[in-house]
Amino acid sequence: MGIMIKEKEIVVPGEDLATGMDYLPSYGTFREGEKIIAGKLGLVSIDGRLIRVIPLSGKYMPKVGDTIIGKISDVTINGWRVDINSAYSAMLSMKDGTSEFIARGSDLTKYYSFGDYIVTKIINVTTQNLVDLTMKAPGLRKLGEGRIIHVNTYKVPRIIGKQGSMITMIKDATGSRITVGQNGVVWIQGEPENEMIAEEAIRKIESESHTSGLTDRIKEFLEKKKQRSDEK
Amino acid sequence: MKNEKKAHLLRFLERNKRFDGRKLDEFRKIEVQTGISRNAEGSALVKFGETMIMAGVKMSVEKPYPDTPEEGNLMVGAELSPIASPEFESGPPGAEAVELARVIDRGIRESKAIDTKQLCLEKGEKVWNTAIDLVTINASGNLIDAGALAALAAIKDTKLPKYEDKQIDYKKRTDKQLPIKKLPIAVTVYKVGPYMIVDPDAEEEEVAETRLTVTSSEGKISALQKGNEYPLTIEEVEKMITIGLEKAKELQKHIR
Amino acid sequence: MRKDGRKLEETRPITAKAGVIKNADGSAMFQIGDTIAYAAVYGPRELYPKFLQDPTKGVLRCKYNMMPFSGSGERVKPGPSRRSVEISLVTEKALLPVLNLEEFPNAVVDVFIELPQTDAGTRCAGICAAAIALADAGIAMRDLVSAVSVGKVNEQIMVDLNYDEESTEGEVADIPVAFMPKTDKITLLQMDGEITKEELVKALEMGKIACKEIYEIQKATLKEKYSGESDEE
Repeated sequence: MGIMIKEKEIVVPGEDLATGMDYLPSYGTFREGEKIIAGKLGLVSIDGRLIRVIPLSGKYMPKVGDTIIGKISDVTINGWRVDINSAYSAMLSMKDGTSEFIARGSDLTKYYSFGDYIVTKIINVTTQNLVDLTMKAPGLRKLGEGRIIHVNTYKVPRIIGKQGSMITMIKDATGSRITVGQNGVVWIQGEPENEMIAEEAIRKIESESHTSGLTDRIKEFLEKKKQRSDEK
Repeated sequence: MKNEKKAHLLRFLERNKRFDGRKLDEFRKIEVQTGISRNAEGSALVKFGETMIMAGVKMSVEKPYPDTPEEGNLMVGAELSPIASPEFESGPPGAEAVELARVIDRGIRESKAIDTKQLCLEKGEKVWNTAIDLVTINASGNLIDAGALAALAAIKDTKLPKYEDKQIDYKKRTDKQLPIKKLPIAVTVYKVGPYMIVDPDAEEEEVAETRLTVTSSEGKISALQKGNEYPLTIEEVEKMITIGLEKAKELQKHIR
Repeated sequence: MRKDGRKLEETRPITAKAGVIKNADGSAMFQIGDTIAYAAVYGPRELYPKFLQDPTKGVLRCKYNMMPFSGSGERVKPGPSRRSVEISLVTEKALLPVLNLEEFPNAVVDVFIELPQTDAGTRCAGICAAAIALADAGIAMRDLVSAVSVGKVNEQIMVDLNYDEESTEGEVADIPVAFMPKTDKITLLQMDGEITKEELVKALEMGKIACKEIYEIQKATLKEKYSGESDEE
């Protein structure tokens, strides 16, 4: 009876997590008879009586309110279809696309064209996973010169850090502009040497997100890199 | 965005740098592993950074082509397997896969890398057929160069099966290797703005205006293939060939 | 004792690795003896043409393919054959019972299996690789799927027939079988050859035990890939 795994243990689908009715199945788990079983690969998290599995991989699941980076994949008669690095593409309607008035029948590619990347916000997700976006909020914009890198969606919180502390540190140290989308799409732009340091730092966080003292290590990494490039 | 990405890449190239820190004429880490499929008479796995491609050789005995009654046959096939990229689809080989196979085929055929005259068993009746097949495992740019190197490594690795009483015994392999005379190395040079780069990753490949594949052995060109619709001047072609010939020396070191 | 020195209930040596194909959402390599399978998962992603969509759940699509140079005899002609189409279908059916695709209506999960080298048991190796790749892709699953071939060669019931054994002269039965290791339920069952009911049941029992061992390897393979993750702050 009771718990059969440790907090933060990696489990695979089908593994027993607990038996008996003292615990309750939460995200990424399911009950079968007496047992609570892992339904996804991930880390076990025990919160009081609740047992859940925090996924370590998988596609981004769209959530209302998330700020993400999307790519225009189609221009339709009443808006834009946007690839949001998820199982489904999203729609940006003409009225949510810009605060400007767009006359019926105008050329929508003037605003956003095929292949453009935009910082956008999710305003609606239906049960059938139809996703609606908006551009009408501060910071939402079409992205200009720079480049896109993809990171594991589940590492995004670590890359951003508490109240954006981690990403601000990287931006300041490298003088680069960086926007991290909740969907694991990251836009970076900086002077070549510095931008490469910024990317390396992001990759480092991605691969070491589990370890303790990460913030200090990234700080140290940035300082060392900076020093080396100043010497050059 | 393609233009924005390209503008950004150009700022890097200006400083002789790529997004991943490489120099313009620098290849990614190259790995060549032979004997990766024991049922093939020869095989290889080639990695260029994250790009992975396999090549395998199957030997068979066939009737020669009427115009070359005393020469062995050669065939190169390529599959852009959907296992390798979200962009690849199942189904019969598309134009891209056919181009890949044909560029590699020409490189080997026209340089006479394999002395096919030595592969005749019975004039006009029976000759060895060398079938080289390429399959992508992970497509992250520059499949032509990686594929050509894999094909070479696989033919170098090949041991003929036993042939007796007009029958092949695939279970018994002889010590006899393919008569290889030359090592035609493919180097594809990409043009991005005024810059020439080699071994692009998928991102760089997307923004490059055009490419020229230069297949050569010991400084002699045996096949060329220009890609995309973007036109080139003779001076640019010359410059690209110079890079292609130079870099071939480096790639050749990976073939034992 | 068998020709290659194995006991009747012994599988050939197994190695596996998760995350071998960078472009994929999940991937794995699974080698048993001289049979090697690579599997990659792409998705869930949008499914077109639209009439293939299921509004109640995501759709699973599997494609099994032997590389042209992978067989022990002549070159395998590229492209789908009747054999590969059938194996793709049974692979799909073998994996479906463990998948929870309700979260992804109208979407598709694509599984591609490629075999660079074969020595019997290819569909089972493909299923083992695919199960690892699906879990690696973060797909919701009730269990993994483990598969092995069992059968009868020269009056003896054994597991994991190699090509030599499978092509023995005389009475041979070859039975690819897949289990959901948690519940011991069968999700793939095919046979060719001849066998009695009693022998078949005995063979399946042996397969069940072998699949438990394979399951432990699959599990360890996945944990190995993510091993750095468990000591979070």
